[in-house]
Amino acid sequence: MFGWEFPPFNSGGLGTACYGLTKGLTNQGVKVTFVLPKGPSEMTDSPSHVNMVLANQIYKSNLSKLNGVKLKGVDSLLVPYIASEEYEYHLQKFEELRKKDGGSYEEALYGKDLYQEVHRFAQKAELIAQFEDFDIIHAHDWMTFPAALSAKNFSKKPLVVHVHATEFDRTGGHPNQMVYDIEREGMQKADIIVAVSNYTRNMIISHYGIVPDKVQVVHNAVDEEAINPYEYSESVYKLEPDEKVVLFLGRITLQKGPDYFVSAAQKVLSKMDNVRFIVAGTGDMQSRIIEQTAEHGISHKFIFTGFLRGKDIDRIYSMADLYVMPSVSEPFGITPLEALKNNTPVLISKQSGVSEVLSHCLKVDFWDVDQMANKMIAALQYDSLSMSLIENGRRDLSTINWNSSAKKMLNVYRSVQ
Amino acid sequence: MRKVARKCYLPTNKLILRLIQETKGKFKASFSVTGVALEQFGMYAPEVLESFRKLAKTGCVEFISETYYHSLSYMYSKEEFVQQVEKHKKLLKKELGITPRVFRNTELIYNNELAKFIEDMGYKGIIAEGADHVLGWRSPNYVYRPVNCEKIKLLLKNYKLSDDIAFRFSNPDWKEYPLSVEKYAGWINSVNGSGNTINLFMDYETFGEHQWSTTGIFRFMGRLPHEILKHPDNNFMTVSEVADSYEPMADLDIHHMTSWADLERDLSAWLGNNMQHNAINELYRIESMVKETGDPVLLEDWRRLTTSDHFYYMCTKWFADGDVHKYFNPYDSPYDSFIAFMNVLKDIEHRVKKHYDKGGIDESIKKSGSRKKI
Repeated sequence: MFGWEFPPFNSGGLGTACYGLTKGLTNQGVKVTFVLPKGPSEMTDSPSHVNMVLANQIYKSNLSKLNGVKLKGVDSLLVPYIASEEYEYHLQKFEELRKKDGGSYEEALYGKDLYQEVHRFAQKAELIAQFEDFDIIHAHDWMTFPAALSAKNFSKKPLVVHVHATEFDRTGGHPNQMVYDIEREGMQKADIIVAVSNYTRNMIISHYGIVPDKVQVVHNAVDEEAINPYEYSESVYKLEPDEKVVLFLGRITLQKGPDYFVSAAQKVLSKMDNVRFIVAGTGDMQSRIIEQTAEHGISHKFIFTGFLRGKDIDRIYSMADLYVMPSVSEPFGITPLEALKNNTPVLISKQSGVSEVLSHCLKVDFWDVDQMANKMIAALQYDSLSMSLIENGRRDLSTINWNSSAKKMLNVYRSVQ
Repeated sequence: MRKVARKCYLPTNKLILRLIQETKGKFKASFSVTGVALEQFGMYAPEVLESFRKLAKTGCVEFISETYYHSLSYMYSKEEFVQQVEKHKKLLKKELGITPRVFRNTELIYNNELAKFIEDMGYKGIIAEGADHVLGWRSPNYVYRPVNCEKIKLLLKNYKLSDDIAFRFSNPDWKEYPLSVEKYAGWINSVNGSGNTINLFMDYETFGEHQWSTTGIFRFMGRLPHEILKHPDNNFMTVSEVADSYEPMADLDIHHMTSWADLERDLSAWLGNNMQHNAINELYRIESMVKETGDPVLLEDWRRLTTSDHFYYMCTKWFADGDVHKYFNPYDSPYDSFIAFMNVLKDIEHRVKKHYDKGGIDESIKKSGSRKKI
């Protein structure tokens, strides 16, 4: 299996999904070798980055707990879910940190652009294919497609291409040609394609010219063992008594719709005052979003936390009275499930895969900021609404588990063997 | 309204009129139509109202009393309940020249206490669901006397025979499919000797809307009365004729609220979750404030929110009997319907407050006058 992040060394939903899927597959008796580009998987200004080497070690010791999953590392600076413009942003941040830190980072040679990284990964992949014993090649998203294709060329084993996001999602419908070409080549040469939702499946069929029969849907899920909520102490974490908290958590990029979140927040604040909006995450639109809040004169109602990981994520979900995922285009979107896990009701955009499996939540079109504000206000004002959303949403959650997704995946494997 | 008039109300009314004429008045039927529905016929499909008038003139058709707004008001405000029943009664008199004598509550919601209340309002009969859990071994095919009542007769819906037509008629997986008039009449005949009355009570939209015309429902109904009348012991009656003709078989004690909804036959479809309770409590909380304004437009808008459908749309128990709840539901989710309802309610509350702030009736309301009634 080719991927590029794995918890706790991950920055987005992809790592979480790979973790859950491999765990589910292992439960089904599948042995998984997970190949990923080692190295800093996430570049931010947060000091946690300095502990990256330590994180690497935790990472290694954790892996041994996953019986049946072997991990292989390949050096690379591949940051998940990013558009190539964003890669430059991350690379630049990384360089700044390197300078600040006196260049004490591991002297790996990082490619000047993302494509070079992708091809470097592909070269290593061929080597790995020689040493490993496997029956199926499974590749997660376009950056691993060249790697998986070279493994396929060498081994002649069937290739399953797993699409978690397309270039159309990342760029808001303005794909980069090189990325698109890599995606399409991977999809065409794959023996079968797995999409994380019908939403993504339709995108693959309509934008990549793939025959519908070749595309199967296996929805993402949540880790069953992890659905206990974080133990939240209101007395410790509550920011202000009687103040409601609305949370955005995700990369601050075009795809995630942070600008719609701010527009809706402005409308909410025109109706009620006791609300605070938290934006957790980083991304290339961050400064623009901060400026947007300032323009509307509502920046005092906003908190930008930067990138969060581990316990802090559960804690911030628990602090929130409502989680909002206003994505412009979201192939799946695992965060609403994590919010529900922490007993926080969710409002999601209809342009998301998760809305196919989650019925007990509030839904809006991402562009409809009036409706978004309307539903935010209702969720904050009526306890009966938020309680019903949590109670029934958690019932939904218990049906969305990785074991059933892994069973579907196993059927996909069997169909190409 | 035009669509449902074309598909259901007009063809079914025409069929019933034809059956009355063909049987020389032996076929009879009783209608339960809300005030809101009659109002909307008047506004959007006056020919439907006209066809009901024609039916009323035959003398073979009875109209049943209920709340004007198809509301759950009995459980929340007796005052409002009485006002809505009276308003409905007046409308029936005005539009159809009929004074109802038998009452049925919204969604057949019923208990002993309601029966007593209705008896005291002067009705001779009341209709309830013949639910298994209240009947036990007893048959729905007799007239009963609610406990603590002296005069009123209780008529029970035979839900099995009613649902055979309303729900199962076109279901190919049903073992009795396809249902012929001969078979159905046979089931009716088999009750003779062990019952006095079979009360078939169904949604009018069964004819042409739940069961589309292509299922053969109209052909079935066009032949059924003739087939039933072939048996010399059978006849058709309106609900008050049944109440007049038979003495109660026994007392029937129904302490808890029952209804005709879902598998549970209880109130959980309307009052099963926190949102529904929250919404309805908020609604009745402002009742007296709305009434004290004396503003007919405000009162009318508030009353429209009492319609039980608003709460039905907020039902979250979709998993068991979901398809019925989703049908005819204008909202994508129960949460959306709750939000819409609360927004409208807040708006009314805001208008009430504005009324008091100004110390009298809003000028704009005075000019537009009260909403036109049919």
